[in-house]
Amino acid sequence: MNTESLGTIFLNAALVNNFVLAYFLGICPFLGVSGAVKTASKMGVAVMFVMVISSMCAFGIHAFLAAINAPYLQLISYIVVIASTVQLVEMFIKKMSPSLFRSLGIFLPLITTNCAILGVALFQTNKGYGFLESIVYALGAGAGFTLALLLIAGLREQLNFADVPQISKGTALTLFIAGILSLCFMGFAGLGAQ
Amino acid sequence: MSKDTTASGPGATTTDEFIKGLWRENPVFVQVLGMCPVLAVSNTAENALAMGLATAFVLLMSNILVSLLRDFIPKQVRIASYILIIATFVTVTDYAIQAISVELYKSLGAFISLIVVNCLILSRAEAFASKNTVGKSILDALGMGVGFTFALFCLGAVREILGNGTFFEWSLFPEGFQNWIVMILPAGGFFTLAGWLLIINVIQTRKIKS
Repeated sequence: MNTESLGTIFLNAALVNNFVLAYFLGICPFLGVSGAVKTASKMGVAVMFVMVISSMCAFGIHAFLAAINAPYLQLISYIVVIASTVQLVEMFIKKMSPSLFRSLGIFLPLITTNCAILGVALFQTNKGYGFLESIVYALGAGAGFTLALLLIAGLREQLNFADVPQISKGTALTLFIAGILSLCFMGFAGLGAQ
Repeated sequence: MSKDTTASGPGATTTDEFIKGLWRENPVFVQVLGMCPVLAVSNTAENALAMGLATAFVLLMSNILVSLLRDFIPKQVRIASYILIIATFVTVTDYAIQAISVELYKSLGAFISLIVVNCLILSRAEAFASKNTVGKSILDALGMGVGFTFALFCLGAVREILGNGTFFEWSLFPEGFQNWIVMILPAGGFFTLAGWLLIINVIQTRKIKS
């Protein structure tokens, strides 16, 4: 059992070991929907919601699988839970805000294949977090994901007006910014000791 | 980012299914799919190669099965079914790697499980294997798998040589070489990939011009 406080877990997941910039999880939506701040923030919230729900479910599933001694089913059951949660969120957003549904487009169902979410579920199991710790960890990871997404979206909005060489337009430029952001986030190392 | 790669037309020859994954539709450099493992485990050439091979294996097996079952899977639940198929093969790979080399298993860590959510595999199942025959799907998976492994290797090699001064743990540089620590750090992954993309862009623009 680990003895980290809840605050440390949150800070660790959100800043020190930011899921996007330190673990490279959730890069696809990170590159895909980070064109505008507005879409990015909604995407972030949706991802965070799915993360918390699936993290709670993952905790239950892990306990159950440990009880029936079938650890090889872990991956399969996690992914099923995540896929169903995403389906739920998708139906909800479609009903509540069709315009948001259209702007997120293909990236909404792709939350299922967002590594960050499965990553949260797997890492919390590996670290042996309890129920409350798992939720805080998922919240932190979600907050970190949203933060990274917002930062890069803001930067990309500004860069639309910049005059960059033709060959570096598009993904290459975004990756360079991401690299620099990742360097900045390394400054958080040491905050909330491991 | 993920460009929709349409299934190749009737005119495409069988070798073409294989070749396209290597360069023209290279999953990493051109389609920009499956970025997470690409960046995360490419800190040494060896890790990169192992990860690439594991992904290629899962891709091949899932492509075969999806293509065999393409007439039986109802349209509404197809994505869920594909994910289940992929997850099964990933579990197999996970246990296999653990049995082959514990050291490798430790250095790849949770990223083997995360092959499940590699968009490359799902996108090939959806865009290609669900519409084509088994033979074509195998060729497609092989091409994409090799292309993916090649790209991972390119990244891993650059990062290991510059960041560690070694290549497959062989020392390359004389004593005084100052390692570029940044290349092994997460930031280095972004920079290396961006660099490769720039090089590819230059080549593509040259080709269009000439």
